[in-house]
Amino acid sequence: MMAAGTMGIVAHLTDGVSARTLAWLAALLALLLAAPWIVNDYLVTVLILILYLAYTGQAWNIMMGFAGQLSLGHAIYVGLAGYIAASLFIRFGIDPWLGFLAALPVAAACGAIIGFLAFRFGVTGVYFAILTIAFAEFARIGFGHLGIVNAAAGLFLPVAQYTHNDPWRLRGDPTMFYYVMLAATVIAFILCRLLIKSRIGYFWLAIREDEEAARAAGIDAFRYKMYAIVISAAVTSFAGVFYAFFYNNLFPEQVFGISGSIQMILGPIIGGVGTLFGPILGAFVLTGLAESLNAALAAFGFDLPGAEQVFYGVCLLIVVVALPEGIWPWLAPRLGISERSQ
Amino acid sequence: MPFDVYLNVAVGGILTGLVYGLMALGLSVIFGVVRVVNFAHGEMMSIAMFLAVVCFSTFHLDPLIMLVPIAAVLFAFGYVLQSSLINPFITRPEHSQFLLLVALAIIIVNVLLIVFGPDARSVQTAYALDSFQFGPLIVDATKLYAGIDAIVVAALLFAFFRFTSIGKAIRACADNYTGALVVGLNVNRLYALAFGIGAACVGAAGVMMTLIVDVTPLIGPTYTLLAFVIVITGGLGSMLGALVGGVLIGLTEALAGLLFTPSAKSMFAFGILVLVLLFRPQGLLGKRAA
Amino acid sequence: MKQIDITRVHTRLDRRQLLAGTAAAVIAAPAIVRADTGPLKVGVLLPRSGFEAGIGQDCRRGVEIAPAIFKSLGLPELAIIDGDTESSVETARARAAKMISDGAQLLVGAFDSGQTLAIAQVAEQNGVPLVINIAAAPEITDQGYKFIFRNFPTAGMILSDAFDNQKQVFGLVGAVPKTVVFMHVNDTFGTAMSKGINFLMPKFNMPYSIADEIPYDPAAHDLSVEVAKAKASNPDALLLVSRLNDAMLITRELVKQRWTPQAILSMGPGWYEDQYFKTLGKLAEGPMTFAPWYDPNKKLSRTLEAALAKTYPGVNLNTNHVFTFEALLVAADAYKRAGTTDPKALADALRSTNITDNVSIGPGIQFNAKGQNDKVKNGAIQNRGDKTVVIAPQAAANAKPVWPLQPYQSRG
Repeated sequence: MMAAGTMGIVAHLTDGVSARTLAWLAALLALLLAAPWIVNDYLVTVLILILYLAYTGQAWNIMMGFAGQLSLGHAIYVGLAGYIAASLFIRFGIDPWLGFLAALPVAAACGAIIGFLAFRFGVTGVYFAILTIAFAEFARIGFGHLGIVNAAAGLFLPVAQYTHNDPWRLRGDPTMFYYVMLAATVIAFILCRLLIKSRIGYFWLAIREDEEAARAAGIDAFRYKMYAIVISAAVTSFAGVFYAFFYNNLFPEQVFGISGSIQMILGPIIGGVGTLFGPILGAFVLTGLAESLNAALAAFGFDLPGAEQVFYGVCLLIVVVALPEGIWPWLAPRLGISERSQ
Repeated sequence: MPFDVYLNVAVGGILTGLVYGLMALGLSVIFGVVRVVNFAHGEMMSIAMFLAVVCFSTFHLDPLIMLVPIAAVLFAFGYVLQSSLINPFITRPEHSQFLLLVALAIIIVNVLLIVFGPDARSVQTAYALDSFQFGPLIVDATKLYAGIDAIVVAALLFAFFRFTSIGKAIRACADNYTGALVVGLNVNRLYALAFGIGAACVGAAGVMMTLIVDVTPLIGPTYTLLAFVIVITGGLGSMLGALVGGVLIGLTEALAGLLFTPSAKSMFAFGILVLVLLFRPQGLLGKRAA
Repeated sequence: MKQIDITRVHTRLDRRQLLAGTAAAVIAAPAIVRADTGPLKVGVLLPRSGFEAGIGQDCRRGVEIAPAIFKSLGLPELAIIDGDTESSVETARARAAKMISDGAQLLVGAFDSGQTLAIAQVAEQNGVPLVINIAAAPEITDQGYKFIFRNFPTAGMILSDAFDNQKQVFGLVGAVPKTVVFMHVNDTFGTAMSKGINFLMPKFNMPYSIADEIPYDPAAHDLSVEVAKAKASNPDALLLVSRLNDAMLITRELVKQRWTPQAILSMGPGWYEDQYFKTLGKLAEGPMTFAPWYDPNKKLSRTLEAALAKTYPGVNLNTNHVFTFEALLVAADAYKRAGTTDPKALADALRSTNITDNVSIGPGIQFNAKGQNDKVKNGAIQNRGDKTVVIAPQAAANAKPVWPLQPYQSRG
């Protein structure tokens, strides 16, 4: 029964996907699974960063790419979830996965509030984006004054042990964190695929293309936009829990700050908003670019603080000017992969 | 707390708010006319600020004298930027514009960091530490000059858009793009002009800002955000709105800092923003969208 | 002035260094089998871009002048690998991992507590020692780490010494402020100090009470409201934790608002830094800082001062240089005693560090069981002319304190 059910889901997922695409995906997954055995610890750390960005990029993409709502304050969900899970762990010794169960509803509720206020009052486009920034800044300043989480002094998680891997308590060496993040990214990928193929995804497409027309056709735009923001917030919340337990310290400035929000969305925009694989590709490209620039400058003996970031900015500029849809829509056909949002 | 403290803080807040307003005015022109989400606004201002610092430290030229030349440089910068890079993005979705300008912002900030280093620079004019005392009221001299200049520049801009043919043409573009095309206006050139004017505003504001604050390469993002808050609060498309919004935000932040915890005073500006977005999206002085 | 250094080649050991190291090894102790000959690969992680760039670049000066001094002391050579944490926790962690992958045998860093903690985790997991130059969060050495060593006081230690030194100063000048206003920047360090004050002050029986506490936003570029608020309480003195930019802003506001408190008692950076003096000239005179500092009466301090003056004329020796230099000193000293680059042996050698001929105030550099140097003492300095003088503790003092502050309006 279970097997049949699983087969059914797999069939549903892969419906309309060419064998070639599946082959590429399988190869990539195999490579990622084997990575820690192939590369050194530093590259595992880099891969964790990439997967983290890929994960949050996918979560953000649900709102932007699927439902067309530009959120520039997505860090608020990361921060809320991180602080809640961390506080529960520090104060009551509650394990991070249970902490995640507590944090997810809060992040989702926050998304619901923002969505409700925005969509009910007809705040769209750039104004919506600015509204999300306002909420994130609110959280940043608020948490910077909240005594119970140590305000701006930062919340430090006790790092009890690191000698053996304890996935249940998210304590261990980078390889363990890598597999946790990889699993999360794969699950998010599957989730996005299910969403796109579902009725919700279909309505999102209609709303994204032309909200007025969709409404005229009888689609409850408000409801579906709310779904988008709540699901996106809920998915993002796991990233917060991961962040808290991987870095073991939280500062309001770092977790809620606008630079975090911006970092989160560079990947999907570069990779391709609205596509399934765009956020993942974008994460690889951006992090790979940053680390390569760093290595290249070091190899040339070029020690000029800020130079790396200038090159980075120039590369971003070139990509956004040359490939306005993102890299994936340009790359996919050349790999023989056709990704249709339907 | 004695009354004169409130008075001094309020006056300071209003004067600073006028300079904020001038900066926001630049964004109002850019966003209102060209419809580009200029997330590099604060960074453009920081370019002007560093130019002012360099002019002062190397050539001993007072910022108030360099106001016009530096604004002209920023005008050219904005014009070129718009016509070469930004023009194709006007019709593209917001997230693309956003990424373009974020990339620009990253480049500007780090080039400034490389050229000028991370240390704060300031312009120490002879009158930098002056203040005027009128009874219990102590007014910061540089803030007063900056505030007056902001009003003058805003008035000039207003006159430009109201009374000159180019200004009217730009407003026509903003109000009705298709109509402007039909009538035969060179829309691309007008967009570039508008962006240039917006950049010049921000340049002028930046020069005045150097009298009030210290410059570091990282000063940009705070002001970008502030400019958006003010423009939305005051009302897009209304120049007076930008100034009024600036004064309102400046005053609110000043009084909030006095009455509550100063480190949390920005929350009030964001609170006002949220309220405006929800209940009066056209802003205080903006026109309701047709 | 910013120094653009394009010539440094990092990760590669050049032949000259290798030969010198080998020669030293052969001559010095031919009987010891070494795990590796040559200089110790030390990865130095500092925020050289991003919002902490100024401080990171200042710390680096302490790195640059170290090699010549170590040579004259007969200490082994260190091959420095530079790393930029970009003022970000994520980057700090990645860079640390990269350095260790590239063969760094010891790490030094990183000024910021959050970034330092990220690096510490990587160092500990890989069994590579980390010698912290500057970071005040107590949590870093409370984790039970075996490879992390900090030669810098925690926020609590800074406060305790500040209170002690303040009382000494009050005694020396025969004056006491009855009320103070406590202004602090709302960042990691400022908030930690604020928490500490509320906790520690009652234990020290300070003669003043805090009339008002005014935290301000680190991103604030205009502190007129905050200073107006402080002035409204009419305190005798200002107690401060700020940074360089805020220090300059606050001073200018004090002038513009026509108020000079009897004293400015700073417990953080900013008020003693070169740019403060350069920008404010005569207005820089008088503020006191209670912070980790060097002992001007120690021999190595004088050597360090001379070396700094030669390489960077016009730059005064400060906390950033001193503690970054000392971190490298600790590393070189441990390497000498361990006789090997094996990280575990290095860690053991670090644990038994006992350097009495050092630069910072106090009996010297030793580490307790947690890896913390709990004996380092903080000093009290005062701005005098275009540099600072040490006014407390007595053993390290080289001048008498001046009280009260000369009113700003009457300075030329």
